[in-house]
Amino acid sequence: MENIIKVSHLQKFFGKNQVLKDVDFKVDEGDVTTIIGASGSGKSTLLRCINLLEKPSGGEILFHGKPITGKGFDHCGYRAKVGMCFQSFNLFNNMTVLENCMTGPVKVLKKSREKAKEKALFYLKKVGMDPYINAKPMQLSGGQKQRVAIARALAMEPEVLLFDEPTSALDPQMVGEVLSVMRQLAKEGLTMIIVTHEMAFARDVSTHVVYMADGVICEEGTPEDIFEHPKKEKTVEFLKRFNER
Amino acid sequence: MLPSDFWGRIVFILEEYGASFAGGIWTTMIIAVISTAIGCIIGFAIGIIQTIPCDREETPVKWGLLSVIKFILTAYVEIFRGTPMMVQAMFIYYGSAMVFNINMGMWTAAFFIVSINTGAYMAETVRGGILSIDPGQTEGAMAIGMNHFQTMINVILPQALRNIMPQIGNNLIINIKDTSVLSVIGVMELFYTTKGIAGAYYTYFEAFTITMVFYFIMTFICSRILRFMESKMDGPDNYELVQTDALVMGEGMHTYNPKDKNSYTNVDYKAHKTGNFNENQREGM
Repeated sequence: MENIIKVSHLQKFFGKNQVLKDVDFKVDEGDVTTIIGASGSGKSTLLRCINLLEKPSGGEILFHGKPITGKGFDHCGYRAKVGMCFQSFNLFNNMTVLENCMTGPVKVLKKSREKAKEKALFYLKKVGMDPYINAKPMQLSGGQKQRVAIARALAMEPEVLLFDEPTSALDPQMVGEVLSVMRQLAKEGLTMIIVTHEMAFARDVSTHVVYMADGVICEEGTPEDIFEHPKKEKTVEFLKRFNER
Repeated sequence: MLPSDFWGRIVFILEEYGASFAGGIWTTMIIAVISTAIGCIIGFAIGIIQTIPCDREETPVKWGLLSVIKFILTAYVEIFRGTPMMVQAMFIYYGSAMVFNINMGMWTAAFFIVSINTGAYMAETVRGGILSIDPGQTEGAMAIGMNHFQTMINVILPQALRNIMPQIGNNLIINIKDTSVLSVIGVMELFYTTKGIAGAYYTYFEAFTITMVFYFIMTFICSRILRFMESKMDGPDNYELVQTDALVMGEGMHTYNPKDKNSYTNVDYKAHKTGNFNENQREGM
């Protein structure tokens, strides 16, 4: 099967500081890939490079076999196909919940307002936020904001959805509501790449787990491989620290 | 014929020259309001251009072109912020006629001078407004595939506009007062009008007392209107829950209307509880 996203020898420097050193990994259709690892290991940077929010310093990222870092590549068209949810939600504060979910399809995909509204309502219902369509982001709780952000990304009907620590800014009560939405999406077969610190979630939901440390992929495999039979010393150490908490 | 007491003279001037004052106020207001609006548009346009992201290595031609445009815009902002509007008025009005042989009408000159002056200030204000918006908003917009222009128009500038509304109000008030310098090129605004009225009977104190009050009323009303617009922009503090989920609409949520014979109370509750509830009764609700 053709890989939707293939990352090879990816490098990223911030000044002299090398954050990503030679990262290789690939995502197939229907994969739910979770990226775990300590803070500062380059997980978020990897995800931001995939969505071109950061420009890779070296290496290659292929989307359906085409390099996305090349000259003249349509960044906006690419980002419309690869959705992203952020740790800090980044909902548009000047719009209501419904407008947040409609603006992408209307302005970027050039859909009619009626069509876009229909889609927006459909996805808002899916995340359970349909009663709140008239609310402004400021008036919502963190978990509700993140669910709207997911609906906004889904309204673009992306091929891949990236999650950058979607629950890290939420208090424990709200983590559950967001994770259950994501579980549902995984069940429906949406291709997702998730950076997370929720180990139990990663174990249950993902088809593929990547453990990153110091800018490289230290170990990867099925959830069983990583969580039950980790091979590398570093992985064992990391998981042990997590279980102790 | 001219009353001897202060208040009497004020009333006399108002009666005699009311229409002239009205004309002056109208001229002042129209120049201030329209020029502030044009200035805002100039400011926002410059704000959009100044924030276009561009990589020197990736697109060198675009980068070069942008740098030239940005340099010109910066020069415009610095020059017009850094020289007095009165001097600019003289320079542009007489200079355009002498050097370029363009006979700018007085009105055109007035709108032009105040607009580009406001634009220079607004450019910096808008830049500040854009900087005040969380970079996450830009990332959120980019992540759904918006380009720079779409991001600015739909997401960033509406929020920046809200943040810089107090400064726009400030500019409007400054413009209402500063149109008085246009008297040097003969624009019949409130100050110039007053000077004429005061000279007629040598009533400087009285005439300018009236003008002070008029200026204050104009600026005060404008600042209140802008405040009102700000609160309108913030929208309501609360929001309505839209119940699209029919399952949640239980019977307890129907309104009871005592005048209506087929109202809620007619439902046979016992039948409902025992499970013998039939559809005909339900329709009666």
